[in-house]
Amino acid sequence: MVTIIDYGAGNIKSIRNMLKRIGVPSTITSEKQAVQDAEKIILPGVGHFDYGMRQLKQSGLIEVLNQKVLEEKTPLLGICLGAQMLGNKSEEGSENGLGWINMDIIKFKIEQMPPTCKIPNMGWNKISKSKTALQNKNKGVDLFQHLEEDARFYFVHSYHMLPLDTEVTLATANYGYEYAAAVQQGNIYGVQFHPEKSHFFGMRLLENFAGL
Amino acid sequence: MKKFEKRVIPVLTIAGDKLVKTIKFRKPNYIGDPVNAVKIFNEKMVDEIILLDITASQEKRVPNYAKIEEICSEAFMPFAYGGGIQSLQQVDLLFQAGIEKVVLNSILNSNLNLVKEIGEKYGAQSVVASIDIKKNVFGKNYAYSHSGMRKIKEPVEVYFNKILNAGVGEIMLNSIDRDGTFQGYDLALIQKYSTLSKVPLIACGGAMGVNSFTLAIQNGASAVAAGSLFVYRGEQKGIMINYPSQEELVEKVFKKL
Repeated sequence: MVTIIDYGAGNIKSIRNMLKRIGVPSTITSEKQAVQDAEKIILPGVGHFDYGMRQLKQSGLIEVLNQKVLEEKTPLLGICLGAQMLGNKSEEGSENGLGWINMDIIKFKIEQMPPTCKIPNMGWNKISKSKTALQNKNKGVDLFQHLEEDARFYFVHSYHMLPLDTEVTLATANYGYEYAAAVQQGNIYGVQFHPEKSHFFGMRLLENFAGL
Repeated sequence: MKKFEKRVIPVLTIAGDKLVKTIKFRKPNYIGDPVNAVKIFNEKMVDEIILLDITASQEKRVPNYAKIEEICSEAFMPFAYGGGIQSLQQVDLLFQAGIEKVVLNSILNSNLNLVKEIGEKYGAQSVVASIDIKKNVFGKNYAYSHSGMRKIKEPVEVYFNKILNAGVGEIMLNSIDRDGTFQGYDLALIQKYSTLSKVPLIACGGAMGVNSFTLAIQNGASAVAAGSLFVYRGEQKGIMINYPSQEELVEKVFKKL
């Protein structure tokens, strides 16, 4: 069972649709008790960083999420803004992030990019797995299991994750330059792209997460 | 291998709950059931889908949420909806139905503030501005709203910049004159406005094959969209939902960029 956190900033319906398609039971919740009972957690998110963090604070779920994720080590997957919120802070706003993964969120460095790279980065891209991902594979905890070189994912973002600890980078993508497309610290995962909008590549990734 | 693959987007035009296709925004031809079309596009792993209810604004109808939700449940790709959107409340309902981008057109001329409101709540990337362009008899371009029925008085550049500065995430530029004609995109139009745009520009109107995509992208489009090309096959225009394979796009489009 995968528990999808509903805090009023995220396209939860499409995540649920895809989980349903791959036969993974899921529940959408904004209740503390349901989060308390969760086996796997997905933290979705679209929109402005401050809006997302404020909504999450207002939901009153941060405390129970801290306990689940940091103490009980329940696997959690942040998607898009949900992944960015796992970091310390973002150039997009002034709110603090959850601080679970040592990274900052920064705006795409336009001056380092060719003019054909418009912002937001909106489109499909391939990813390159990092050393950490390969180590995970050997340990059998592989979010990218059975996702080979042809795997493509849908991205839409103007800000990106900048890990301050290089080991947390799980995969990179290239849009003008290489940046972190997926991060991991222990049981906490974050993907900048939208698996729920990435056809069977996304289905496979969500299947992998459900099987962690 | 091209680093940045460009999006190739089927545009499905509906009138209420029927899938139709127009020529120069006129003569809607019944194609079939949009749910079925989306199922097929899903199997073909299309990059994205744009669904436009082309009679909603004219008929003053609100979006058909139930139908949109039904269609979205089959869509495992980015999904944009446009048609009859007038308020943030409607946008909330659309997002709940499962879409992640809204396409605004007619409302842009009367309430540009809606762009800002949606941007603050869902992010600028969720707002696509659709601008329909038609040439007058002297070949001068004008923007139109309400499915080509109402002419915007301001020059296109002024209207375009105003919309861009309102904070939209993407602009879909549609040539009414090329719609459904299979004559190729209006490349001069694409070149002019992609240069003016900081945000991705989606070219639409006139695609006759994958070669059209290459030309549009070479002229500055960040994404290419087509309607007729993906629902008709051959000169007789038999109805057949189709979409190039990823291999074909790589060989015939991305490698040539």
